[in-house]
Amino acid sequence: MSETSKIEIRSLRKSFGSNEVLKNINLDVAKGGVVALIGPSGSGKSTLLRCINLLVVPDGGSVRVGDTRFAFGDGTKLPDVKTLAKFRATTGMVFQHFNLFPHMTALQNVMEGPVTVRRMARAAAEKLARAQLAKVGLAEKADQYPATLSGGQKQRVAIARALAMEPDVMLFDEATSALDPELVGEVLNVMQRLASEGMTMVIVTHEIAFAREVADRLIFMRDGVVVEEGPARQVIDNPREAATRAFLSHFHRTGALPPANAAS
Amino acid sequence: MYQWDFGILWSYRWLFLNGLGVTVGFTVVIVLLGLVFGLFGAFGSLSRFKPVRLLALSFIEAFRCTPILVQLIWFYYALPILAGIEMTPITASALALSLYGGSFYSEIIRGGIISIDKGQSEAGAALGMTPGQSMRRIVLPQAIKRMIPALMNQSIIQFKNTSLVSVLAVPDLVYQSQVAAHDSYRPLETYTAVALAYAAILIPLTIIVRRGEKRLAVSE
Repeated sequence: MSETSKIEIRSLRKSFGSNEVLKNINLDVAKGGVVALIGPSGSGKSTLLRCINLLVVPDGGSVRVGDTRFAFGDGTKLPDVKTLAKFRATTGMVFQHFNLFPHMTALQNVMEGPVTVRRMARAAAEKLARAQLAKVGLAEKADQYPATLSGGQKQRVAIARALAMEPDVMLFDEATSALDPELVGEVLNVMQRLASEGMTMVIVTHEIAFAREVADRLIFMRDGVVVEEGPARQVIDNPREAATRAFLSHFHRTGALPPANAAS
Repeated sequence: MYQWDFGILWSYRWLFLNGLGVTVGFTVVIVLLGLVFGLFGAFGSLSRFKPVRLLALSFIEAFRCTPILVQLIWFYYALPILAGIEMTPITASALALSLYGGSFYSEIIRGGIISIDKGQSEAGAALGMTPGQSMRRIVLPQAIKRMIPALMNQSIIQFKNTSLVSVLAVPDLVYQSQVAAHDSYRPLETYTAVALAYAAILIPLTIIVRRGEKRLAVSE
């Protein structure tokens, strides 16, 4: 697996103060694979996701995305800011609270990465940004500011912003948790399309039905360890571990995805 | 009952105008210089390097927590003795007032920067920006908007603080009015006129600041 995997995480450890949030985590994501991370809050799943693009710097272990590998722990030097920035440019991230830049229009938000980070000419960046906005169904909202968009639209702009950097992998940190229920579908739809196009994705989510439908692998975490992992449908339909069963009992596991809100 | 006679001040009009010119010019200098000190103080206190942080915080607290009148006198009388640095009254008071104002500007600028949601710089970092790029492109444009009303307020205070330079015989409006008051034996009229002159300049400015605050509140 390690030859074909896009993301490889080995013996990852992270503590915040005396609180050990990740204890010896190993994770592989195949090229084009979609992995869903589920678990109760405080299980460490968001921290694990943030370790993949090093928004959180691990205390030990190693992280590899594509051909770039970083090792952490005693005797290793922390990567400098330039190396980190270059690495992060190849991984897209979508946040729970969108984190759109409020002083920029939707178009400017999407152009920002290509223009500032990749030094792309404005005209080319605008063309790219408009194409990405069209892809998430928001071409006609290009000139609006985030404050005038609905939650679902904001999150789709945020996805377009991440995609404009043409990343190798996309990380989703509870991308639909802050949305009104009727707006969840339009965002999940964009994510599902992305998965079907072969994007490598790691998704922290509470949408179990979505994970079952879209993810090919599922990882259940609790208290900083991986409790159970396997093919998404198998883990959700027939969990082996009691802890997984207990957690999943809080959710409707099957059924159709929430309908996409076509009127955007 | 006191007999007011403001007419007597007319003969001192050029003295007053001169003083007013010095006061306004002085304010411009100490506001601009203060903002430069404020920028250094703010970014220093947010630095990743502890010695830089300590240096910036000592500067801020030293000037914020001592009276400006004491600082003025200290800069003019103590520095030459302690460090052998001789300064004209104008240089000493410009420096002291700029550093004093700068310590307050530092806190305003620092507060503006840290008031921006951490998610903003995280989103910048996730796109592949260096900390500098995300500061320039993402954080500062939003922070400056929030700082402007407080910076304007502090500058208004700085305008009034210039009145203290008269203790070092810098010929500002207050110093010149002391001259006029001694000469005319009309201190009540003189100082009333001076108070009105300060208010006449500051009241329109405060109205502008308040309007700006309202506009910013709408666009947030």
